[in-house]
Amino acid sequence: MAVATKTIKFIAVLVLALSSFSVFAEGGDQDEKGNLIDSPEEIKEYIAHHLKDSHDFHLYTDNASGKHWGFSLPVIVWTKDGLKTFMSSAFHHDDQGKVVVEKGNARLVKLHSKIYELEAGAATVNFDESHHATNAHKVLDFSITKSVFGMLLAGLLMLLGFGALARSYKNGKSIPTGFGRVLEPLVIYVRDDIAKPNIGEKKYRKFMGFLLTVFFFIWILNLLGLTPLGFNVTGQIAVTACLAIFTMVIYMFSGSKDFWAHTLWMPGVPVILRPVLAVIELVGFVLIKPFSLLVRLFANMTAGHFVVMSLIALMITMKKSFGVVGSTGMSLVLALFITVIELLVAFLQAFIFTMLSSLFIGMAVEEHDHH
Amino acid sequence: METLINDFSVGLFFMQAFILLILILLMRKFAWKPILDALQTREDGIKNALDSAEKAKLEMQNLQADNLKLLNDARAEREAMLKEARDMKNKMIDDAKVEAQTQANSIIAQAQAAIESEKKSAMAELKNHVAGLSVDIAEKVVREELANKDKQLALVDSLLAEATLN
Repeated sequence: MAVATKTIKFIAVLVLALSSFSVFAEGGDQDEKGNLIDSPEEIKEYIAHHLKDSHDFHLYTDNASGKHWGFSLPVIVWTKDGLKTFMSSAFHHDDQGKVVVEKGNARLVKLHSKIYELEAGAATVNFDESHHATNAHKVLDFSITKSVFGMLLAGLLMLLGFGALARSYKNGKSIPTGFGRVLEPLVIYVRDDIAKPNIGEKKYRKFMGFLLTVFFFIWILNLLGLTPLGFNVTGQIAVTACLAIFTMVIYMFSGSKDFWAHTLWMPGVPVILRPVLAVIELVGFVLIKPFSLLVRLFANMTAGHFVVMSLIALMITMKKSFGVVGSTGMSLVLALFITVIELLVAFLQAFIFTMLSSLFIGMAVEEHDHH
Repeated sequence: METLINDFSVGLFFMQAFILLILILLMRKFAWKPILDALQTREDGIKNALDSAEKAKLEMQNLQADNLKLLNDARAEREAMLKEARDMKNKMIDDAKVEAQTQANSIIAQAQAAIESEKKSAMAELKNHVAGLSVDIAEKVVREELANKDKQLALVDSLLAEATLN
């Protein structure tokens, strides 16, 4: 019985994965007007569009019926007229600023995955030569976008998974069962191989909440990005910037006396150099270190998505030179290869982010004995 | 770079900060704290169990060493006792031998002395007897002499033969 259930589950997952993959691949072929996306320019634009955040969860568009598969997400924007909420379906999948949604006194359009508010009196968006809107400005957008949806999903998965692991210890049992057996070594790994060596046996405990959350948050989001659902959360610079700033705030506020003494008034160097060093150290800790964190994660994930999508697109761009079978086979093999590497990168980037965060925290909380 | 800055969504930044903060707080309360505490408890338990096992092993070793020591002591004691007993036995035998020798010697000496004195008294008695005989003989001889000369001489001869027989 149990075997049968497992088999059914496995088949369900397999079918879901295969069907959504084909949906994704076909989605790359068509745009709203029913024209095939088959030129390099169109593919490039499609990839650029994918790398951005989006206001609805769009899987693919049926070419024949013009029907969109997916669901709309809530839009929450702060306009001059106050807070406005509506579903993104109000834009009717328009991304060119053509559909104007009127909410109270605010007129809103969606342009390149961003929501703009028209200036008072304007009815349509005017563009300059470089296709920038001249009579509209961006609004503060708190929408549940695809990325926010992904984050909520990741958060929910974490709460469910690790909550279950935490509960499994409560009945006096010291060894977890089921999926907890997979999660527990990962928690131990973060604790023993990332936090303890970098922060130190005495002080690591205080930072475990942040480090564990960030590690699993990034890893799950990276893995979600590899599914054909098309999440690209850790490829959003706002997301990585936020993560990096969290790290920065934590290590700046938990800095020991020694850390500040070394940063602001470095002992052992000529007095005249000390202010210069203080500036360099401060810039390093406030700007350079968080910047390296945010760019590393952002660039790695964006590049990964870009490469995987480009390789999938090979089956279209190379069709003329290699034939249908040749281009599809090549694309499949290369995309599979890169996807496997991306699977590693997904873990690696989560590891590196957490590792460097704990390293910086370790630098800040370190106490020197030689004074 | 311009596209990067253009792509930076302030709203998304705030949503992310909000979600991350809430997530950290929730995970800390409902997941990380109980998990890490349970792991710590378990590791402490394992460590304690190992420590006590090690201690028990040491105690066992000590006990065994003690037992061995006791055994060796007992063995040595037994050896010593046996040796003592053997020595005592030998000594007793020697003593008894010496005593018996002296006693035997003294008995022999006494016996010799007794023999000597018996011999002396016997000799004295014999002398007296011989003297008496001699006197008797002499008397008889003298008496015979007085009667017959030949007979006197034959008597002396016969008496002398008698005397030697004695």
